[in-house]
Amino acid sequence: MSAWSDHLLVLPIVLPIAASGIMLLLDERRIGLKAVMSLATATALLVTALALAAQVADAPLVYRLGNWAAPYGIVLVADRLSVLMLVLTGVLGLAALVFAVARWDRAGPRFHALFLLLLMGVNGAFLTGDLFNLFVFFEVMLAASYGLVLHGSGEARIRAGLAYIAVNLIASLFFLVGVSLVYGTMGTLNMADLARRLAGPAGGDVALFEAGCAVLGLAFLIKCSAWPLGFWLPPTYAAASAPAAAVLAILSKVGVYVVVRLSLLLFGTGVSEGFGQGWLFAAGLATVAYGTLGILGARDLMRAAAYAVMISSGTVLAALGTGDRAALSGALFYLVGSTLAAAALFLLGEILQRGRDPAAATLAVFADEYRDPFDDEGASEVGRPIPAALAIGGGAFLLCTLMLAGLPPLAGFVGKLAMFSGLAAGTMPASAWIFILLLTVSSLGTLMPLVRLGILGFWVPRDDPAPVIGALEFAALAGLLGLSLGLSLWAGAGLAYTDRAVEGLSNAAGYIRAVLGEGTP
Amino acid sequence: MELVLSLGIGVLAASGVWLLLRPRTFQAILGLSLLTYAVNLFIFAMGRLKVGAAPVLASGTDAAGIADPVPQALVLTALVISFALTALFLVVLLAARGVTGSDHVDGQEPGQRERNP
Repeated sequence: MSAWSDHLLVLPIVLPIAASGIMLLLDERRIGLKAVMSLATATALLVTALALAAQVADAPLVYRLGNWAAPYGIVLVADRLSVLMLVLTGVLGLAALVFAVARWDRAGPRFHALFLLLLMGVNGAFLTGDLFNLFVFFEVMLAASYGLVLHGSGEARIRAGLAYIAVNLIASLFFLVGVSLVYGTMGTLNMADLARRLAGPAGGDVALFEAGCAVLGLAFLIKCSAWPLGFWLPPTYAAASAPAAAVLAILSKVGVYVVVRLSLLLFGTGVSEGFGQGWLFAAGLATVAYGTLGILGARDLMRAAAYAVMISSGTVLAALGTGDRAALSGALFYLVGSTLAAAALFLLGEILQRGRDPAAATLAVFADEYRDPFDDEGASEVGRPIPAALAIGGGAFLLCTLMLAGLPPLAGFVGKLAMFSGLAAGTMPASAWIFILLLTVSSLGTLMPLVRLGILGFWVPRDDPAPVIGALEFAALAGLLGLSLGLSLWAGAGLAYTDRAVEGLSNAAGYIRAVLGEGTP
Repeated sequence: MELVLSLGIGVLAASGVWLLLRPRTFQAILGLSLLTYAVNLFIFAMGRLKVGAAPVLASGTDAAGIADPVPQALVLTALVISFALTALFLVVLLAARGVTGSDHVDGQEPGQRERNP
């Protein structure tokens, strides 16, 4: 603990909270300075995450805060999965900020401070090796997200925010009950220490411990909006301002991340092996089905993107529930791609909504299906140029649709194919067939409404002026979609990475050794 | 003592759940507060109940004779966080009352025509 690079692991938490603390002291009129500061911080976070990726190749990286020994002090642990999520957070955070700087950050006070606090909470949740600190980071992240959901104000946001806050406060109470039950039965909250005690002979009350874990799991499933606990997500995300919604896309993935990590670490082997697996499988499938039905009925892009977030969470939960490692690796790959695409869709949806009369949009529900085919004859469409903004938007929309629906040749397809081939390599029980069938149907169910919304948004001639895409907004969109394209081009490398991430997750003994030190069984 | 504590937690939690299911936002926030009290007491109980034991390990004392300090620290953290978030919720609740003109959790009175914000 002397070289500066040893302290790299704490930067994703310290950097944003320090920057946001300084920003709170600055006057709200110095928005330019704040924008520069938060852009610099977000860039630094992304660079840090990438630098960490190079360091976790062999074993998990452990940072002992205050250098206290592991089960007593607080530890931060980074392995491949947490670094992958850190990079994803960095990318989404930077893109959303660049988009926000164009105009949204002036829609309400203290946007930048809240945004950085949110990033700090998310990063902390990905890095912590301790259940109670996980709770603290969750709360930091949620408190900032309450502010961000309300950013820009307006009746829709306040109404959605009220329900969102109430649901998440209740989820936090579940979290506390679960954590205290785990502590009461096992006497520790350090994840590695828990895994070590579970691997040995059963000590303490295992049934009560499992009940605690079930309550804890309920809290996480509310966060990752698994059916039937996720009805809060679509209205909230659809009402939030676009940059906030784009970064909220990673928020529901925090719940997914925690479920994946704890399931493989605590219930991979040992006394409660396979605990909750069937429930996760069922909840994941139900979430995919509900999300698909929701997206089929969605009437605007923001809501469709919100349901796409749900589908992607559900897919990972169900893949985890199959218990197949290759399927989980494919699902994690799919998670990265679909989160990028969903965030881009939120940004795109906001661009398209500009200058539209919201009342007219609700009146014209399904107008496309009831139009007289000869109605448009009078209008001359020959030689009417497509505005550049619409052309760019249309191209971006096409990429988002292909990614979310999981169609070739983009990364969404590669992820789904990896899941299917992972399952097909095994014995293929009936549940695997159901999984494959449902995911295929959900691809179709995602494609149809998105195509319909795309035709409405880009092709139907309109009288109102074409939306304008600013240079910064275009840069944010291009960054997100360029990365999805890159993910598709280097899908082999990406899948190899997630393969090793899952391998590292399943190796509980390696994790325990890294955190608690050599010599522990 | 165990009986009194568990009854207390149970009554608080039951009242909290009942209030939370009521249609007015003020009832919801009171319900959340009561539930928070119940949960905090529950965390405290998870450290096992002891009377007259300090949570400090002085030299020479038996580890079995002290109260577990960890749940106390957890309760303190949980209290601060839930207090702050309840205050935040209160602000949103007042904003919702001001904007929608109704203190119903849906932002409109039952039977009122659905508004499209």
